[in-house]
Amino acid sequence: MKSSVIIFPGSNCDRDMDVALKKYGFKNQMVWHNDVEIPKSDLIVLPGGFSYGDYLRCGSIAGKSKIIKSVIDFANSGGLVLGICNGFQILTETGLLPGILQQNKYLNFICKNVFVKIKNKENKYFKKIKKEILELHIAHNEGNYFCSKDELKSIEDNDQIAVTYCDHEGNDDEKNNPNGALKNIAGIFNKDKNILGMMPHPERMIDPFLSGEDGSLFFENLIESL
Amino acid sequence: MKVKVIVTLKNGVLDPQGKAIQQTLNGMSYDNVSEVRQGKYFDIEINESDGSRAKSQVEEMCKKLLANLVIEDYKIL
Repeated sequence: MKSSVIIFPGSNCDRDMDVALKKYGFKNQMVWHNDVEIPKSDLIVLPGGFSYGDYLRCGSIAGKSKIIKSVIDFANSGGLVLGICNGFQILTETGLLPGILQQNKYLNFICKNVFVKIKNKENKYFKKIKKEILELHIAHNEGNYFCSKDELKSIEDNDQIAVTYCDHEGNDDEKNNPNGALKNIAGIFNKDKNILGMMPHPERMIDPFLSGEDGSLFFENLIESL
Repeated sequence: MKVKVIVTLKNGVLDPQGKAIQQTLNGMSYDNVSEVRQGKYFDIEINESDGSRAKSQVEEMCKKLLANLVIEDYKIL
């Protein structure tokens, strides 16, 4: 399976993603934001970081970069596109995913492990993961998911909520909401479920000595499902 | 010519920075400040002599890049 990780100026999780993808069997290649074409891939990843210094709005400049047209074409033809953290912000700015990630409700940069509940397994991203709750890492200042009421209804009607913030027992209530995100949303799909954006970083949880292993479950499933 | 644009958060959209500024002003004894909403201001120098054409281009820029219409409104001054 072939994957491509797009590097923007200011991306800083691109190498971690590269290591994670390769560890679980992907043949990964790095693609520069000023390129126009993406080599043949089964999966495209927009990594975390601070693309273009988060100028204007997080992800807004990357959403207009040279490479992005190829990402949009690939996504619209059914290709798998995964956006983590800043990658999620870029996906909302391109319009591939609905809504926007606003500044965290309490104005603080959050860097900690959280639990997330998998809300939908009818897709390639979570299909064969046996657990319902994963422990992953978040590190962001703008992770407060927001969209209009109509949009939220359409997201819920189409089962587009991928993961929600919760405690270790899976209670995804306000008490376990780190950043003020609507409905505790930590990640969403597009309608066809080939595009996933999420704030938590699975690529940071692939080493039992350093962190945890729930990220491994994510990548193991991904390579098996493709 | 120069075109000026103001981008603000839509009514009802949470503005935690505005809230923090308001609380600080209250703390500085400006007790009568009941709300602050923070926005962005753009000065755009555009090489276009036709005013209405320049404005319609800037309008397009607002929709495509300067504002995110999910949470923001824009005003061309």
